[in-house]
Amino acid sequence: MTEDWERLTPLLWEAAGQTAYMVLITLLIGGFLGLALGLGLYLTRPGNLLQNRAVFAVLNLAVNVVRPVPFIIFLVALGPLTRAVIGSTIGIEAFTFAMSFMATFVFARLVEQNLVSIDPGVVEAARAMGASPLRIVRTVLVPEALAPLILGYTFLFVGVLDMSAIGGYLGAGGLGDFAIVQGYRQYDWAVTAVVVVIIVVIVQVVQWLGNTLARRALRR
Amino acid sequence: MPAATSSIIRFQDAAKVFPGRGSGAEVRAVDGVTLDIHEGEIFGVIGQSGAGKSTLVRLINALERTTSGDVVVDGVSLAALNESRLRPVRAGIGMVFQQFNLLASRTVAGNVAYALEVAGWPRARREARVAELLEFVGLADKARVYPSTLSGGQKQRVGIARALATNPRILLADEATSALDPETTRDVLDLLQRVNRELGITVVVITHEMDVVRSICHRVAVMERGRVVEVGEAYQVFSAPRHDTTRRFVATALRDRPSPEVLARLRTRHTGHIVTVGVDEVAGSSAVLTRTLREHGVDGTVVYGGITEVAERPYGSLTVELVGDGGSVEAAVAALRAVTWVDDHGRADA
Repeated sequence: MTEDWERLTPLLWEAAGQTAYMVLITLLIGGFLGLALGLGLYLTRPGNLLQNRAVFAVLNLAVNVVRPVPFIIFLVALGPLTRAVIGSTIGIEAFTFAMSFMATFVFARLVEQNLVSIDPGVVEAARAMGASPLRIVRTVLVPEALAPLILGYTFLFVGVLDMSAIGGYLGAGGLGDFAIVQGYRQYDWAVTAVVVVIIVVIVQVVQWLGNTLARRALRR
Repeated sequence: MPAATSSIIRFQDAAKVFPGRGSGAEVRAVDGVTLDIHEGEIFGVIGQSGAGKSTLVRLINALERTTSGDVVVDGVSLAALNESRLRPVRAGIGMVFQQFNLLASRTVAGNVAYALEVAGWPRARREARVAELLEFVGLADKARVYPSTLSGGQKQRVGIARALATNPRILLADEATSALDPETTRDVLDLLQRVNRELGITVVVITHEMDVVRSICHRVAVMERGRVVEVGEAYQVFSAPRHDTTRRFVATALRDRPSPEVLARLRTRHTGHIVTVGVDEVAGSSAVLTRTLREHGVDGTVVYGGITEVAERPYGSLTVELVGDGGSVEAAVAALRAVTWVDDHGRADA
Protein backbone atom coordinates (compact mmCIF):
# COMPACT_ATOMS: atom_id res chain seq x y z
CA MET A 1 0.00 0.00 0.00
CA THR A 2 2.01 2.94 1.24
CA GLU A 3 5.29 1.07 1.02
CA ASP A 4 7.06 3.66 -1.07
CA TRP A 5 6.79 7.06 0.68
CA GLU A 6 10.48 7.30 -0.07
CA ARG A 7 9.57 7.46 -3.73
CA LEU A 8 6.50 9.68 -3.15
CA THR A 9 7.92 12.27 -0.80
CA PRO A 10 10.06 14.10 -3.41
CA LEU A 11 7.10 14.00 -5.81
CA LEU A 12 4.86 15.44 -3.09
CA TRP A 13 7.33 18.28 -2.52
CA GLU A 14 7.47 18.95 -6.21
CA ALA A 15 3.66 19.02 -6.40
CA ALA A 16 3.49 21.34 -3.40
CA GLY A 17 5.99 23.65 -5.10
CA GLN A 18 3.89 23.69 -8.28
CA THR A 19 0.74 24.49 -6.30
CA ALA A 20 2.55 27.26 -4.41
CA TYR A 21 3.78 28.73 -7.71
CA MET A 22 0.34 28.62 -9.38
CA VAL A 23 -1.56 29.89 -6.39
CA LEU A 24 0.82 32.69 -5.42
CA ILE A 25 1.15 34.07 -8.95
CA THR A 26 -2.61 33.88 -9.41
CA LEU A 27 -3.22 35.66 -6.09
CA LEU A 28 -0.74 38.35 -7.04
CA ILE A 29 -2.10 39.01 -10.52
CA GLY A 30 -5.74 38.26 -9.76
CA GLY A 31 -5.56 40.29 -6.55
CA PHE A 32 -4.12 43.32 -8.28
CA LEU A 33 -6.27 43.23 -11.41
CA GLY A 34 -9.35 42.17 -9.44
CA LEU A 35 -8.91 45.16 -7.11
CA ALA A 36 -8.62 47.46 -10.13
CA LEU A 37 -11.62 45.93 -11.86
CA GLY A 38 -13.66 45.96 -8.63
CA LEU A 39 -12.82 49.63 -8.09
CA GLY A 40 -13.81 50.27 -11.70
CA LEU A 41 -17.15 48.59 -11.11
CA TYR A 42 -17.74 50.54 -7.92
CA LEU A 43 -16.64 53.95 -9.23
CA THR A 44 -18.61 53.80 -12.49
CA ARG A 45 -21.79 52.55 -10.82
CA PRO A 46 -24.59 55.13 -11.26
CA GLY A 47 -24.44 57.73 -8.49
CA ASN A 48 -20.78 57.10 -7.64
CA LEU A 49 -17.63 59.17 -8.15
CA LEU A 50 -16.95 58.39 -11.81
CA GLN A 51 -20.42 57.25 -12.77
CA ASN A 52 -20.59 56.06 -16.34
CA ARG A 53 -23.52 53.90 -17.34
CA ALA A 54 -21.85 52.41 -20.42
CA VAL A 55 -18.56 51.46 -18.76
CA PHE A 56 -20.38 50.05 -15.76
CA ALA A 57 -22.68 47.98 -17.98
CA VAL A 58 -19.74 46.51 -19.91
CA LEU A 59 -17.71 45.68 -16.79
CA ASN A 60 -20.73 44.29 -15.03
CA LEU A 61 -21.66 42.08 -17.97
CA ALA A 62 -18.08 40.82 -18.31
CA VAL A 63 -17.99 39.81 -14.65
CA ASN A 64 -21.39 38.17 -14.87
CA VAL A 65 -20.45 36.21 -17.98
CA VAL A 66 -17.06 34.97 -16.79
CA ARG A 67 -17.80 34.14 -13.17
CA PRO A 68 -20.45 31.42 -13.47
CA VAL A 69 -18.57 29.43 -16.15
CA PRO A 70 -17.27 26.17 -14.60
CA PHE A 71 -13.52 26.53 -14.45
CA ILE A 72 -12.77 23.37 -16.43
CA ILE A 73 -14.88 24.65 -19.33
CA PHE A 74 -13.44 28.13 -18.96
CA LEU A 75 -9.94 26.61 -19.37
CA VAL A 76 -10.87 25.28 -22.78
CA ALA A 77 -12.80 28.36 -23.85
CA LEU A 78 -9.87 30.61 -22.96
CA GLY A 79 -7.52 28.40 -25.05
CA PRO A 80 -7.04 30.77 -28.02
CA LEU A 81 -6.29 33.73 -25.78
CA THR A 82 -3.96 31.62 -23.65
CA ARG A 83 -2.07 30.54 -26.74
CA ALA A 84 -1.84 34.15 -27.93
CA VAL A 85 -0.46 35.38 -24.62
CA ILE A 86 1.56 32.43 -23.29
CA GLY A 87 2.35 30.68 -26.57
CA SER A 88 0.89 27.35 -25.48
CA THR A 89 -2.35 26.01 -24.06
CA ILE A 90 -0.73 23.48 -21.76
CA GLY A 91 1.75 23.63 -18.94
CA ILE A 92 1.89 25.45 -15.66
CA GLU A 93 2.18 28.93 -17.24
CA ALA A 94 -0.90 28.43 -19.40
CA PHE A 95 -2.85 27.09 -16.44
CA THR A 96 -1.73 29.96 -14.18
CA PHE A 97 -2.79 32.44 -16.87
CA ALA A 98 -6.29 30.97 -16.94
CA MET A 99 -6.49 30.95 -13.14
CA SER A 100 -5.35 34.59 -12.93
CA PHE A 101 -8.02 35.50 -15.45
CA MET A 102 -10.79 33.81 -13.49
CA ALA A 103 -9.45 35.07 -10.14
CA THR A 104 -9.52 38.65 -11.45
CA PHE A 105 -13.23 38.41 -12.17
CA VAL A 106 -14.07 36.58 -8.96
CA PHE A 107 -12.16 39.08 -6.83
CA ALA A 108 -13.56 42.07 -8.75
CA ARG A 109 -17.06 41.18 -7.59
CA LEU A 110 -15.90 40.64 -4.01
CA VAL A 111 -14.12 44.01 -4.00
CA GLU A 112 -17.13 45.79 -5.46
CA GLN A 113 -19.48 44.26 -2.89
CA ASN A 114 -17.21 45.31 -0.03
CA LEU A 115 -16.87 48.85 -1.34
CA VAL A 116 -20.62 49.24 -1.71
CA SER A 117 -20.92 48.77 2.06
CA ILE A 118 -18.82 51.90 2.71
CA ASP A 119 -20.90 54.79 4.02
CA PRO A 120 -21.27 57.20 1.05
CA GLY A 121 -21.17 60.03 3.58
CA VAL A 122 -17.48 59.38 4.21
CA VAL A 123 -16.77 59.67 0.50
CA GLU A 124 -18.82 62.86 0.41
CA ALA A 125 -16.82 64.29 3.32
CA ALA A 126 -13.59 63.64 1.43
CA ARG A 127 -15.05 65.26 -1.69
CA ALA A 128 -16.11 68.26 0.38
CA MET A 129 -12.48 68.66 1.49
CA GLY A 130 -11.43 68.84 -2.15
CA ALA A 131 -10.03 65.31 -2.54
CA SER A 132 -9.67 63.95 -6.08
CA PRO A 133 -11.21 60.59 -7.04
CA LEU A 134 -7.78 58.93 -7.11
CA ARG A 135 -6.99 60.21 -3.64
CA ILE A 136 -10.37 59.03 -2.40
CA VAL A 137 -9.64 55.53 -3.73
CA ARG A 138 -6.25 55.49 -2.03
CA THR A 139 -7.09 57.16 1.27
CA VAL A 140 -10.77 56.45 1.83
CA LEU A 141 -12.15 53.48 -0.11
CA VAL A 142 -9.32 50.99 0.35
CA PRO A 143 -8.45 51.83 3.99
CA GLU A 144 -12.12 51.98 5.07
CA ALA A 145 -12.92 48.63 3.44
CA LEU A 146 -9.60 47.02 4.38
CA ALA A 147 -10.99 44.44 6.82
CA PRO A 148 -13.61 43.01 4.44
CA LEU A 149 -11.10 43.23 1.58
CA ILE A 150 -8.67 41.07 3.57
CA LEU A 151 -11.44 38.56 4.24
CA GLY A 152 -12.40 38.64 0.55
CA TYR A 153 -8.79 38.01 -0.40
CA THR A 154 -8.66 35.09 2.02
CA PHE A 155 -11.80 33.72 0.37
CA LEU A 156 -10.10 34.18 -3.01
CA PHE A 157 -7.12 32.18 -1.76
CA VAL A 158 -9.32 29.21 -0.93
CA GLY A 159 -11.08 29.51 -4.31
CA VAL A 160 -7.76 29.64 -6.15
CA LEU A 161 -6.41 26.64 -4.23
CA ASP A 162 -9.59 24.83 -5.23
CA MET A 163 -9.14 25.79 -8.90
CA SER A 164 -5.51 24.66 -8.83
CA ALA A 165 -6.61 21.10 -8.06
CA ILE A 166 -7.45 20.47 -11.71
CA GLY A 167 -4.03 21.67 -12.87
CA GLY A 168 -3.34 18.11 -13.99
CA TYR A 169 -5.66 18.54 -16.96
CA LEU A 170 -3.24 20.97 -18.53
CA GLY A 171 -0.17 19.18 -17.25
CA ALA A 172 0.45 21.87 -14.66
CA GLY A 173 0.93 19.38 -11.85
CA GLY A 174 0.28 20.45 -8.31
CA LEU A 175 -1.15 18.82 -5.20
CA GLY A 176 -4.49 18.00 -6.81
CA ASP A 177 -2.77 16.22 -9.67
CA PHE A 178 -0.58 14.35 -7.20
CA ALA A 179 -3.61 13.19 -5.21
CA ILE A 180 -5.29 11.89 -8.37
CA VAL A 181 -2.29 10.33 -10.08
CA GLN A 182 -0.51 8.87 -7.07
CA GLY A 183 -3.55 8.27 -4.87
CA TYR A 184 -6.90 7.91 -6.56
CA ARG A 185 -5.71 6.07 -9.67
CA GLN A 186 -3.48 3.75 -7.63
CA TYR A 187 -6.32 2.99 -5.20
CA ASP A 188 -3.98 4.41 -2.55
CA TRP A 189 -6.41 6.21 -0.25
CA ALA A 190 -3.69 7.07 2.20
CA VAL A 191 -1.93 9.26 -0.37
CA THR A 192 -5.18 11.03 -1.20
CA ALA A 193 -5.89 11.48 2.49
CA VAL A 194 -2.44 12.95 3.14
CA VAL A 195 -2.94 15.50 0.38
CA VAL A 196 -6.40 16.39 1.64
CA VAL A 197 -5.03 16.89 5.15
CA ILE A 198 -2.23 19.09 3.80
CA ILE A 199 -4.73 21.22 1.90
CA VAL A 200 -7.07 21.50 4.89
CA VAL A 201 -4.17 22.58 7.10
CA ILE A 202 -3.05 25.21 4.58
CA VAL A 203 -6.61 26.58 4.33
CA GLN A 204 -6.93 26.66 8.11
CA VAL A 205 -3.67 28.55 8.57
CA VAL A 206 -4.48 31.07 5.82
CA GLN A 207 -8.01 31.61 7.08
CA TRP A 208 -6.70 32.19 10.60
CA LEU A 209 -4.15 34.64 9.24
CA GLY A 210 -6.84 36.45 7.22
CA ASN A 211 -9.18 36.66 10.19
CA THR A 212 -6.43 38.00 12.43
CA LEU A 213 -5.33 40.66 9.95
CA ALA A 214 -8.93 41.67 9.25
CA ARG A 215 -9.65 42.02 12.96
CA ARG A 216 -6.58 44.19 13.34
CA ALA A 217 -7.69 46.35 10.40
CA LEU A 218 -11.14 46.77 11.89
CA ARG A 219 -10.81 49.62 14.36
CA ARG A 220 -14.00 48.94 16.24
CA MET B 1 -21.68 89.73 13.11
CA PRO B 2 -25.17 90.56 11.93
CA ALA B 3 -24.22 94.11 11.04
CA ALA B 4 -21.97 92.91 8.21
CA THR B 5 -23.69 93.24 4.87
CA SER B 6 -21.15 92.20 2.25
CA SER B 7 -22.34 89.03 0.59
CA ILE B 8 -20.03 85.98 0.77
CA ILE B 9 -22.48 83.50 -0.77
CA ARG B 10 -24.96 84.56 -3.42
CA PHE B 11 -27.56 82.29 -4.99
CA GLN B 12 -28.73 83.65 -8.32
CA ASP B 13 -31.92 81.96 -9.42
CA ALA B 14 -30.15 78.69 -8.56
CA ALA B 15 -31.94 75.46 -9.42
CA LYS B 16 -31.09 71.80 -9.07
CA VAL B 17 -33.24 69.32 -10.95
CA PHE B 18 -32.67 65.59 -10.50
CA PRO B 19 -33.78 63.39 -13.35
CA GLY B 20 -36.61 61.06 -12.39
CA ARG B 21 -35.78 57.44 -11.64
CA GLY B 22 -36.95 55.23 -14.45
CA SER B 23 -40.10 56.77 -15.83
CA GLY B 24 -40.67 58.87 -12.70
CA ALA B 25 -41.03 62.64 -12.83
CA GLU B 26 -37.96 64.85 -12.38
CA VAL B 27 -37.39 66.30 -8.95
CA ARG B 28 -36.85 70.05 -8.57
CA ALA B 29 -34.90 69.86 -5.31
CA VAL B 30 -33.91 73.52 -5.46
CA ASP B 31 -36.23 75.62 -7.52
CA GLY B 32 -35.02 79.09 -8.45
CA VAL B 33 -33.48 80.33 -5.21
CA THR B 34 -32.09 83.85 -5.02
CA LEU B 35 -30.47 84.53 -1.69
CA ASP B 36 -27.56 86.41 -0.15
CA ILE B 37 -25.61 85.13 2.83
CA HIS B 38 -23.56 87.82 4.49
CA GLU B 39 -19.98 87.56 5.55
CA GLY B 40 -19.58 86.82 9.26
CA GLU B 41 -23.15 85.81 10.04
CA ILE B 42 -24.71 82.57 11.19
CA PHE B 43 -27.32 81.88 8.59
CA GLY B 44 -30.00 79.25 9.17
CA VAL B 45 -31.87 77.32 6.51
CA ILE B 46 -34.89 75.59 7.97
CA GLY B 47 -37.42 73.30 6.35
CA GLN B 48 -39.05 69.90 6.61
CA SER B 49 -37.07 66.93 5.36
CA GLY B 50 -37.34 66.86 1.57
CA ALA B 51 -37.69 70.65 1.35
CA GLY B 52 -34.39 70.85 -0.53
CA LYS B 53 -32.20 72.42 2.15
CA SER B 54 -29.49 69.72 2.03
CA THR B 55 -29.27 70.11 -1.74
CA LEU B 56 -29.19 73.89 -1.35
CA VAL B 57 -26.22 73.77 1.01
CA ARG B 58 -24.40 71.34 -1.30
CA LEU B 59 -24.63 73.88 -4.10
CA ILE B 60 -22.36 76.12 -2.02
CA ASN B 61 -19.41 73.71 -2.18
CA ALA B 62 -20.57 72.25 -5.50
CA LEU B 63 -21.03 68.72 -4.17
CA GLU B 64 -24.14 69.21 -6.27
CA ARG B 65 -23.97 71.35 -9.40
CA THR B 66 -26.69 73.81 -10.33
CA THR B 67 -28.73 72.76 -13.35
CA SER B 68 -29.56 76.43 -13.98
CA GLY B 69 -28.71 79.72 -12.33
CA ASP B 70 -25.50 80.19 -10.39
CA VAL B 71 -23.94 80.27 -6.95
CA VAL B 72 -21.22 82.85 -6.33
CA VAL B 73 -18.94 82.07 -3.41
CA ASP B 74 -16.46 84.72 -2.35
CA GLY B 75 -16.71 86.32 -5.77
CA VAL B 76 -16.18 83.04 -7.66
CA SER B 77 -18.95 81.86 -9.94
CA LEU B 78 -19.24 78.09 -9.42
CA ALA B 79 -21.30 77.32 -12.52
CA ALA B 80 -18.33 78.22 -14.70
CA LEU B 81 -15.84 75.87 -12.99
CA ASN B 82 -15.10 72.26 -13.92
CA GLU B 83 -14.62 69.49 -11.37
CA SER B 84 -10.86 69.85 -10.95
CA ARG B 85 -11.05 73.66 -10.62
CA LEU B 86 -13.76 73.24 -7.97
CA ARG B 87 -11.49 71.24 -5.65
CA PRO B 88 -9.55 74.24 -4.33
CA VAL B 89 -12.87 76.08 -3.80
CA ARG B 90 -14.15 73.13 -1.74
CA ALA B 91 -10.97 73.11 0.32
CA GLY B 92 -11.83 76.68 1.39
CA ILE B 93 -15.24 75.65 2.71
CA GLY B 94 -15.57 73.45 5.78
CA MET B 95 -18.50 71.07 6.13
CA VAL B 96 -19.92 69.08 9.02
CA PHE B 97 -22.49 66.35 8.63
CA GLN B 98 -25.40 64.88 10.55
CA GLN B 99 -23.76 61.44 10.68
CA PHE B 100 -20.28 62.96 11.29
CA ASN B 101 -18.77 60.97 8.38
CA LEU B 102 -15.44 60.33 10.10
CA LEU B 103 -12.95 57.82 8.72
CA ALA B 104 -13.19 54.71 10.92
CA SER B 105 -9.72 53.65 9.83
CA ARG B 106 -8.04 56.75 11.21
CA THR B 107 -7.57 58.11 14.71
CA VAL B 108 -9.13 61.39 15.81
CA ALA B 109 -5.86 63.19 14.99
CA GLY B 110 -5.67 61.31 11.68
CA ASN B 111 -9.15 62.44 10.73
CA VAL B 112 -8.32 66.09 11.36
CA ALA B 113 -4.97 65.70 9.60
CA TYR B 114 -6.76 64.25 6.56
CA ALA B 115 -8.17 67.65 5.60
CA LEU B 116 -4.65 69.10 5.83
CA GLU B 117 -3.18 66.28 3.72
CA VAL B 118 -5.76 66.93 1.01
CA ALA B 119 -4.90 70.62 1.13
CA GLY B 120 -1.20 69.75 0.76
CA TRP B 121 0.10 70.88 4.15
CA PRO B 122 3.60 69.53 4.95
CA ARG B 123 3.72 66.93 7.73
CA ALA B 124 5.63 69.16 10.12
CA ARG B 125 2.97 71.87 10.07
CA ARG B 126 0.11 69.36 10.17
CA GLU B 127 0.93 68.07 13.64
CA ALA B 128 0.96 71.48 15.28
CA ARG B 129 -2.29 72.46 13.52
CA VAL B 130 -4.05 69.24 14.57
CA ALA B 131 -3.04 69.79 18.18
CA GLU B 132 -4.30 73.37 18.04
CA LEU B 133 -7.65 72.32 16.54
CA LEU B 134 -8.24 69.50 19.02
CA GLU B 135 -7.49 71.98 21.78
CA PHE B 136 -10.07 74.38 20.33
CA VAL B 137 -12.83 71.75 20.28
CA GLY B 138 -11.81 70.36 23.67
CA LEU B 139 -10.60 66.93 22.55
CA ALA B 140 -6.86 67.25 23.06
CA ASP B 141 -6.85 64.07 25.15
CA LYS B 142 -8.57 61.99 22.44
CA ALA B 143 -6.02 62.49 19.64
CA ARG B 144 -4.87 58.86 19.57
CA VAL B 145 -8.22 57.06 19.85
CA TYR B 146 -10.41 55.80 17.03
CA PRO B 147 -13.80 57.46 16.35
CA SER B 148 -15.76 54.30 17.22
CA THR B 149 -14.93 54.84 20.89
CA LEU B 150 -16.31 58.41 20.95
CA SER B 151 -19.78 59.65 21.85
CA GLY B 152 -21.91 61.41 19.23
CA GLY B 153 -21.06 64.84 20.57
CA GLN B 154 -17.34 64.06 20.57
CA LYS B 155 -17.55 62.74 17.01
CA GLN B 156 -19.18 65.98 15.92
CA ARG B 157 -16.41 67.96 17.61
CA VAL B 158 -13.89 65.99 15.57
CA GLY B 159 -16.02 66.75 12.50
CA ILE B 160 -15.90 70.46 13.33
CA ALA B 161 -12.15 70.39 13.99
CA ARG B 162 -11.67 68.66 10.63
CA ALA B 163 -13.88 71.20 8.88
CA LEU B 164 -11.92 74.10 10.39
CA ALA B 165 -8.49 72.62 9.69
CA THR B 166 -7.63 74.59 6.59
CA ASN B 167 -8.87 77.95 7.95
CA PRO B 168 -11.98 78.11 5.77
CA ARG B 169 -13.99 81.34 5.57
CA ILE B 170 -17.25 79.40 5.40
CA LEU B 171 -18.51 76.50 7.50
CA LEU B 172 -21.51 74.48 6.32
CA ALA B 173 -23.35 72.51 9.00
CA ASP B 174 -25.82 70.01 7.55
CA GLU B 175 -28.16 68.94 10.38
CA ALA B 176 -25.05 68.93 12.57
CA THR B 177 -27.01 68.40 15.77
CA SER B 178 -29.90 66.26 14.56
CA ALA B 179 -28.29 63.00 15.66
CA LEU B 180 -27.44 64.34 19.12
CA ASP B 181 -29.27 64.46 22.44
CA PRO B 182 -30.44 67.87 23.71
CA GLU B 183 -27.53 68.48 26.05
CA THR B 184 -24.90 67.56 23.46
CA THR B 185 -26.80 69.66 20.92
CA ARG B 186 -26.31 72.63 23.23
CA ASP B 187 -22.53 72.00 23.40
CA VAL B 188 -22.19 71.69 19.64
CA LEU B 189 -24.27 74.84 19.04
CA ASP B 190 -22.09 76.71 21.52
CA LEU B 191 -19.06 75.50 19.61
CA LEU B 192 -20.50 76.68 16.28
CA GLN B 193 -21.19 80.04 17.89
CA ARG B 194 -17.56 80.23 19.07
CA VAL B 195 -16.40 79.37 15.56
CA ASN B 196 -18.41 82.31 14.30
CA ARG B 197 -17.40 84.77 17.02
CA GLU B 198 -13.77 83.92 17.68
CA LEU B 199 -12.72 82.96 14.17
CA GLY B 200 -15.07 85.23 12.23
CA ILE B 201 -16.20 82.32 10.04
CA THR B 202 -19.51 82.58 8.18
CA VAL B 203 -21.65 79.61 9.29
CA VAL B 204 -24.53 78.18 7.28
CA VAL B 205 -26.70 75.92 9.41
CA ILE B 206 -29.17 73.50 7.85
CA THR B 207 -31.77 72.27 10.29
CA HIS B 208 -35.35 71.13 10.74
CA GLU B 209 -35.27 72.25 14.37
CA MET B 210 -36.43 75.79 15.03
CA ASP B 211 -34.64 75.60 18.34
CA VAL B 212 -31.30 75.61 16.52
CA VAL B 213 -32.31 78.77 14.64
CA ARG B 214 -33.58 80.30 17.86
CA SER B 215 -30.30 79.67 19.69
CA ILE B 216 -27.62 80.74 17.25
CA CYS B 217 -28.85 82.12 13.91
CA HIS B 218 -28.71 85.79 13.01
CA ARG B 219 -30.78 85.36 9.88
CA VAL B 220 -32.87 82.52 8.58
CA ALA B 221 -34.42 81.30 5.34
CA VAL B 222 -37.46 79.04 5.43
CA MET B 223 -37.60 76.47 2.63
CA GLU B 224 -40.54 74.55 1.25
CA ARG B 225 -40.57 72.36 -1.85
CA GLY B 226 -37.30 73.72 -3.21
CA ARG B 227 -38.18 77.36 -2.71
CA VAL B 228 -37.28 79.93 -0.08
CA VAL B 229 -40.68 81.08 1.19
CA GLU B 230 -39.45 83.50 3.83
CA VAL B 231 -36.11 85.06 4.72
CA GLY B 232 -35.08 87.64 7.27
CA GLU B 233 -33.60 88.43 10.65
CA ALA B 234 -34.24 85.47 12.92
CA TYR B 235 -35.96 87.70 15.44
CA GLN B 236 -38.23 89.24 12.83
CA VAL B 237 -39.14 85.85 11.42
CA PHE B 238 -39.98 84.58 14.89
CA SER B 239 -41.96 87.57 16.03
CA ALA B 240 -43.82 88.18 12.77
CA PRO B 241 -43.88 85.00 10.69
CA ARG B 242 -45.57 85.63 7.36
CA HIS B 243 -45.77 82.14 5.89
CA ASP B 244 -47.77 79.18 7.27
CA THR B 245 -44.72 76.93 7.24
CA THR B 246 -42.81 79.51 9.24
CA ARG B 247 -45.64 79.78 11.76
CA ARG B 248 -45.60 76.04 12.27
CA PHE B 249 -41.85 76.06 12.87
CA VAL B 250 -42.10 79.00 15.27
CA ALA B 251 -44.80 77.18 17.22
CA THR B 252 -42.44 74.20 17.70
CA ALA B 253 -39.64 76.30 19.16
CA LEU B 254 -41.59 77.63 22.12
CA ARG B 255 -44.94 76.28 23.20
CA ASP B 256 -45.85 79.45 24.98
CA ARG B 257 -49.35 80.03 23.58
CA PRO B 258 -52.26 78.04 24.96
CA SER B 259 -54.02 75.79 22.47
CA PRO B 260 -57.86 75.80 22.53
CA GLU B 261 -57.75 72.64 24.67
CA VAL B 262 -55.35 74.24 27.14
CA LEU B 263 -57.50 77.38 27.21
CA ALA B 264 -60.59 75.33 28.00
CA ARG B 265 -58.79 73.70 30.92
CA LEU B 266 -57.52 77.07 32.14
CA ARG B 267 -61.10 78.35 32.21
CA THR B 268 -62.21 75.62 34.56
CA ARG B 269 -59.60 76.81 37.05
CA HIS B 270 -59.60 80.55 36.36
CA THR B 271 -62.86 82.40 36.04
CA GLY B 272 -61.42 85.89 35.36
CA HIS B 273 -60.60 87.66 32.11
CA ILE B 274 -57.82 85.74 30.29
CA VAL B 275 -55.36 87.45 27.92
CA THR B 276 -52.13 86.38 26.24
CA VAL B 277 -49.53 89.17 26.22
CA GLY B 278 -46.49 89.17 23.96
CA VAL B 279 -43.05 89.56 25.51
CA ASP B 280 -40.33 91.12 23.38
CA GLU B 281 -37.56 93.68 23.74
CA VAL B 282 -39.94 96.53 24.65
CA ALA B 283 -42.05 94.46 26.98
CA GLY B 284 -38.80 92.68 27.77
CA SER B 285 -39.82 91.33 31.12
CA SER B 286 -42.99 91.11 33.04
CA ALA B 287 -42.10 94.53 34.54
CA VAL B 288 -44.17 96.39 31.93
CA LEU B 289 -47.05 94.02 32.52
CA THR B 290 -46.87 94.31 36.29
CA ARG B 291 -46.63 98.10 36.17
CA THR B 292 -49.52 98.50 33.76
CA LEU B 293 -51.80 96.25 35.81
CA ARG B 294 -50.90 98.05 39.03
CA GLU B 295 -51.62 101.44 37.44
CA HIS B 296 -55.10 100.24 36.55
CA GLY B 297 -55.76 98.50 39.85
CA VAL B 298 -56.00 95.08 38.22
CA ASP B 299 -54.75 91.79 39.74
CA GLY B 300 -52.86 89.57 37.33
CA THR B 301 -52.04 85.87 37.74
CA VAL B 302 -49.75 84.18 35.22
CA VAL B 303 -51.47 80.94 34.24
CA TYR B 304 -49.51 79.86 31.18
CA GLY B 305 -46.67 80.96 28.90
CA GLY B 306 -42.96 81.02 28.30
CA ILE B 307 -40.12 83.41 27.59
CA THR B 308 -36.91 82.50 25.83
CA GLU B 309 -34.31 84.16 23.65
CA VAL B 310 -34.28 84.41 19.87
CA ALA B 311 -31.04 85.73 18.42
CA GLU B 312 -30.18 86.72 21.99
CA ARG B 313 -33.26 88.88 22.37
CA PRO B 314 -36.23 88.11 24.64
CA TYR B 315 -39.14 86.40 22.98
CA GLY B 316 -42.31 84.70 24.16
CA SER B 317 -45.67 85.37 25.74
CA LEU B 318 -47.48 85.16 29.05
CA THR B 319 -51.10 84.19 29.50
CA VAL B 320 -52.60 86.06 32.44
CA GLU B 321 -55.86 85.97 34.33
CA LEU B 322 -56.99 89.55 35.04
CA VAL B 323 -59.32 90.43 37.89
CA GLY B 324 -60.54 94.01 38.48
CA ASP B 325 -63.63 96.25 38.65
CA GLY B 326 -65.76 97.19 35.68
CA GLY B 327 -63.79 98.99 33.01
CA SER B 328 -60.39 98.72 34.69
CA VAL B 329 -59.56 95.37 33.04
CA GLU B 330 -60.50 96.74 29.60
CA ALA B 331 -58.41 99.86 30.23
CA ALA B 332 -55.42 97.75 31.29
CA VAL B 333 -55.72 95.58 28.15
CA ALA B 334 -55.85 98.73 26.00
CA ALA B 335 -52.74 100.09 27.74
CA LEU B 336 -50.91 96.81 27.11
CA ARG B 337 -51.89 96.88 23.45
CA ALA B 338 -50.01 100.15 23.18
CA VAL B 339 -46.68 98.40 23.93
CA THR B 340 -47.10 94.84 22.69
CA TRP B 341 -49.51 92.44 21.06
CA VAL B 342 -52.38 91.11 23.16
CA ASP B 343 -54.60 88.15 22.41
CA ASP B 344 -57.83 88.71 24.33
CA HIS B 345 -59.54 85.44 25.30
CA GLY B 346 -62.27 87.23 27.30
CA ARG B 347 -64.13 85.74 30.26
CA ALA B 348 -65.60 82.31 30.62
CA ASP B 349 -69.14 83.62 31.09
CA ALA B 350 -68.86 86.28 28.39
